[in-house]
Amino acid sequence: MSLSFVNLFYLASAVLFIAGIKGLTRPRTAVQGNLLAAIGMLVAVVVTLLNQSILSYGWILAGGVIGASIGVLLATRIQMTAMPQMVALLNGFGGGASLAVATASFLSTSGPVAPSGAVSLLAIGLTVLIGAVTLTGSAVAFGKLQELLPGNAIGFKGITLFNAGLLAIGVTIVATLTTGNGGIGLLLLLTAIALVLGVTLVIPIGGADMPVVIALLNSYSGVAAAAAGFIMGNTVLIVSGALVGASGLILTRIMCVAMNRSLAGVLFGSLSEEEGKDIDADEIYAGKVKSSSPEEVGMLLETAQRVVIVPGFGLAMAQAQHAVRDLADTLERRGVEVIYGLHPVAGRMPGHMNVLLAEAEVEYDKMQTMDQVNPHFAQTDVVIVIGANDVTNPMAREDKGSPIYGMPILDVDQARTVVVVKRSLSPGFAGLPNPLFAKDNTLMLFGDGKQAILELTGSLNEAA
Amino acid sequence: MELLIMQVSLFVLAVILGVELITKVPATLHTPLMSGSNAISGITLVGALLAAGSGEVSGVWVSAIGMIAIILATINVVGGFLVTNRMLRMFHRR
Repeated sequence: MSLSFVNLFYLASAVLFIAGIKGLTRPRTAVQGNLLAAIGMLVAVVVTLLNQSILSYGWILAGGVIGASIGVLLATRIQMTAMPQMVALLNGFGGGASLAVATASFLSTSGPVAPSGAVSLLAIGLTVLIGAVTLTGSAVAFGKLQELLPGNAIGFKGITLFNAGLLAIGVTIVATLTTGNGGIGLLLLLTAIALVLGVTLVIPIGGADMPVVIALLNSYSGVAAAAAGFIMGNTVLIVSGALVGASGLILTRIMCVAMNRSLAGVLFGSLSEEEGKDIDADEIYAGKVKSSSPEEVGMLLETAQRVVIVPGFGLAMAQAQHAVRDLADTLERRGVEVIYGLHPVAGRMPGHMNVLLAEAEVEYDKMQTMDQVNPHFAQTDVVIVIGANDVTNPMAREDKGSPIYGMPILDVDQARTVVVVKRSLSPGFAGLPNPLFAKDNTLMLFGDGKQAILELTGSLNEAA
Repeated sequence: MELLIMQVSLFVLAVILGVELITKVPATLHTPLMSGSNAISGITLVGALLAAGSGEVSGVWVSAIGMIAIILATINVVGGFLVTNRMLRMFHRR
């Protein structure tokens, strides 16, 4: 196939990607959008395989079979509660693939991927830098989400300065490579530095900020692909990489707005900002926390007319989504109106709660956003908070000195009664006590989320 | 140089297009959008195919590293599109 034909097909696949992403932004067209994007990928791959510059198919076949098998296994086996880890992993693989492409290109002296001139060399350097940071950054994010690593911020004083130093060295090496000086040794050094940088960039970021980090790494994986496109002047890589880079960046922004934090604050501030004053949890909770039983809450629910369920990461931890759905069904059979109030950063990734509830077949229009649900808490009889903490903390509204002041929260405390299902009074990711637990209209239902909800449903059924 | 300027233009226009396309996404679709767009970033597979298939001229290292790139990119593409489809079907079921 001639080169201009190939490029026309690449254009077609870029158009399919654009149509696909557009489809993915609307619930009605999302399935179709995903399919269109997949077809776009198929077109690009087939056209590339028919390209005359591909001389041997052995390596390709081996790689494709291994990769596809792992991909199918991951995609079909993964539990919906583990979706954040899955996306972190996929981000990392995307970055790693671009890193490998750039390295292969640097090593080849002729052929379709061989670098031609300073631009290619610059692109190789940048791809290695971004790709490697994405790879290890995602690996650390995966480790935190899978709880292989502690979820809190890890680091040392001056880690930001250390990272700036690494980045400066990295950029210098990229510049040197661009001038054509430097061989594979220098490229490997750049790779090593960038791999370390990926770790030290993400490890000081706490679990609460993971939604931002995952969205940002998503963006990086796109930018790495676009940079790889510049190596060989491949238009479909440039366009699709740019699209993904932009989409990740927008999600990052949405997440930052939802937490009322600046991106810089998330990336560099997690260690420095939150040190300092300690708020005494005992003083807030002393004598004011009321522990309740499933029977007592069951009685409350019997007379309720409007119930709002507020899920958080604890719902995912306890795998309680199906139990919650059963409880909601039981309530609805008794004529109670049940709504789910979802905070944009509830869980560990953008949209995490929506996916879990969808798995439990909760209807789409019952999941309401913060803006939809907040005005109606005052007319709500019972709010059931399951494994959510910081997104309901009234300190964000009232305490100007608190680190989360200004973060938009779900105003659950305005409801007649708030039932908090939680294992203990331990603080959330932000490390703050939650005055909500000590309010007059709050009842604590201590225990495992799933178990507690099952007992609650049981006591309701007994009463019926 | 002209070619480079054309490519940079493409990149910038695609970023703007991406921003315009995605500004309003309901929270329900945040996760599928991420995994779906992530699968698209697996387009780097095209570069991986070219590297792994470049044959004898480039030497075995290029082919081998190209194959690693293919493995990673294929996981990304196949895993990404499949899991996105799996999630979206749950939303769609009703």
